[in-house]
Amino acid sequence: MNANVKHIDCTGEPAVLSEICQKILLEAKSCEFDDDILFGLHLAIEEAFVNAVKHGNHGDETQKVYIEYNVSPEKVEIQISDQGKGFSPEKVPDPRCGDNVYKTGGRGILLMRAYMDHVEYNKTGNSVFMVKYRENTSDRMKKRQ
Amino acid sequence: MDKISPKIVVEYKVFATVVTLTQEKILEDMEITAIEHSIMPLINDADTVKMIINFSNVKFLSSAVLGLLIRISKKIYEKQGQLRLCCIDPKILNVFKITRLDRVFEIYDTQDQAIASFS
Repeated sequence: MNANVKHIDCTGEPAVLSEICQKILLEAKSCEFDDDILFGLHLAIEEAFVNAVKHGNHGDETQKVYIEYNVSPEKVEIQISDQGKGFSPEKVPDPRCGDNVYKTGGRGILLMRAYMDHVEYNKTGNSVFMVKYRENTSDRMKKRQ
Repeated sequence: MDKISPKIVVEYKVFATVVTLTQEKILEDMEITAIEHSIMPLINDADTVKMIINFSNVKFLSSAVLGLLIRISKKIYEKQGQLRLCCIDPKILNVFKITRLDRVFEIYDTQDQAIASFS
C-alpha cells in the first residue's frame, strides 16, 4: 500500500466496526465505486473484522484490531490484523462441500474471496490483506494486452 | 417511552406462519440473537410448523445470519416442519448462491408464491 494509507487501531466492539465500515465505504462511494462493489466491500470488511475479533482475539472485544486501508479511484486496499496466534486459512473446510453446507459457520473467508479480487493472509495467519479493483480482472487483462 | 423496534413481525396465515424481518441491516450478534429468541418459540410452541421468512426489508446481512437460518431450519425439520424464504434482494440472493445455500433453502420471489407452495 502507498503513502496515502490510513491506519486505525481499534477495539472489537460492533459499534466500532460499524463506524469504520461507514468511513471506508464513504470514501469508496466518493470515488464512485458502484453499489455492487460497495456491497461486496462492506461484506468482506464485516467478515474479516468479525473473524479477527471472534477467532483471532478469541471474542475479547477489548483486544486491538489494526486496520490499514487505502481508497483510490482504481482500487480499495484493506489490511485487517488481530492480536491472535493466527491460523492456516487453507485448513478451513470449504463450506460448500458435503455436509459443511449445513454448518452454522465457516462462510466468512469464502465470501471475502468471492467479493474481493485479492485476499491474502500473512504467514502467521493473523493478518489479511484484501484488494478490490474498480475493473474486474478480465477487463484489466484486456487493457494490458 | 422509548420507541419499540421489533426485529420481526409475525403473521398467521391459513397455510403458514409468515415471519417478516424488519431490519434493513442484520449484522451484530446481539441483533441475530434477538431474532433467534423471537423465532424459536414460534417453532417450539407449534405442533407442526410451516414457516415463511420474508426478507423484503433486508438490504444487507452478514454470514452469521446464514448460520441463524441453518439453526432455524434444523429446528423446524426436527419437528417435521417446512421452511420457505422469500423476497430476497438480488445482492443477498447472490450471497446464498455463493455459499450454495440456494440449494439448501426453498426460495421464492414473492410471499404469495411461498404461501402457495404450502397450499
